[in-house]
Amino acid sequence: MRDFYGVTLANGFMLGTAQYPSPAILADAFKRSGASVATVSLRRESGQDRAGQDFWALIKDLGVHILPNTAGCHTVKEAVTTAHMAREVFGTKWIKLEVIGEEDTLQPDVFGLTEAARILSEDGFEVFPYCTEDLVVAGKLVDAGCEVLMPWGAPIGSGQGLNNVFGLRAMRAHFPDIPLVVDAGLGLPSHAAQAMELGYDAVLLNTAVAKAGDPALMAEAFASAIKAGVQAQISDPMEPRDMAAPSTPVIGKAFLS
Amino acid sequence: MKLLLNGDPITTEATTLDAVLDENGYAEATVATAVNGDFVPATLRSSHTLTEGDQIEVLAPMQGG
Repeated sequence: MRDFYGVTLANGFMLGTAQYPSPAILADAFKRSGASVATVSLRRESGQDRAGQDFWALIKDLGVHILPNTAGCHTVKEAVTTAHMAREVFGTKWIKLEVIGEEDTLQPDVFGLTEAARILSEDGFEVFPYCTEDLVVAGKLVDAGCEVLMPWGAPIGSGQGLNNVFGLRAMRAHFPDIPLVVDAGLGLPSHAAQAMELGYDAVLLNTAVAKAGDPALMAEAFASAIKAGVQAQISDPMEPRDMAAPSTPVIGKAFLS
Repeated sequence: MKLLLNGDPITTEATTLDAVLDENGYAEATVATAVNGDFVPATLRSSHTLTEGDQIEVLAPMQGG
């Protein structure tokens, strides 16, 4: 697996922390998943109940790498300011950069994304940009200082899987040295396996685990699928072909007609 | 002085950001702050003077995907 800004992860499982039925189920899902990265966000804190403090204590106890996001930001200014706040609170240069451009699909505003990525990279951040599989935009992000790319599989929370396998395969071929993460849209472990079979370094998902009837079991299923996908990719799978080719030898077949 | 704290109106005699945070239950909390949309690092809260109508955002770790 390629390094993420010099960090070698134990596996390619990045798991979100939102939408779980309870904090205990969240912790159990992480334990069963073996995920190496947890994504988190920043939201308004009440001075009365201070809910964020308990959540932060829970996350620190997971013992995984922390990847804060700029979810919900629609402008460069919002995203850059949120990133600065996240760096101070979470004590990491990593930032999952989201600049949302369209509400129905939560598709990134790739122009704002590129500008924010440049600003943050110049300021010492290590940017994980949530992008599309557009090769030109991806190249601009690399030029802006990004050493990781995170194209979507499908719209956030949709569970559709890899909507553009061709595009994702092209991205892998086009950026052979860049760590690539399929971020968003995965619904089933088979989607994660497919991403890893394409040669991706990691997958980032949340809803598929958190909204499963048994989140911990689903987390474990994703972990198994990610491992299977990696094993398949490095074992050099066969090339598909159009016509049938018998696997059982024809030589020696009895003449019975 | 009237301010907006996380969108809610408050009235305070405090004049600096760290004093307003202490007054409103954030003492020793892990939070990040912004005033009028600009990040204010923790190290500058005690010297950041507030003015009438300032909008303060106090953010903390939260669930995210």
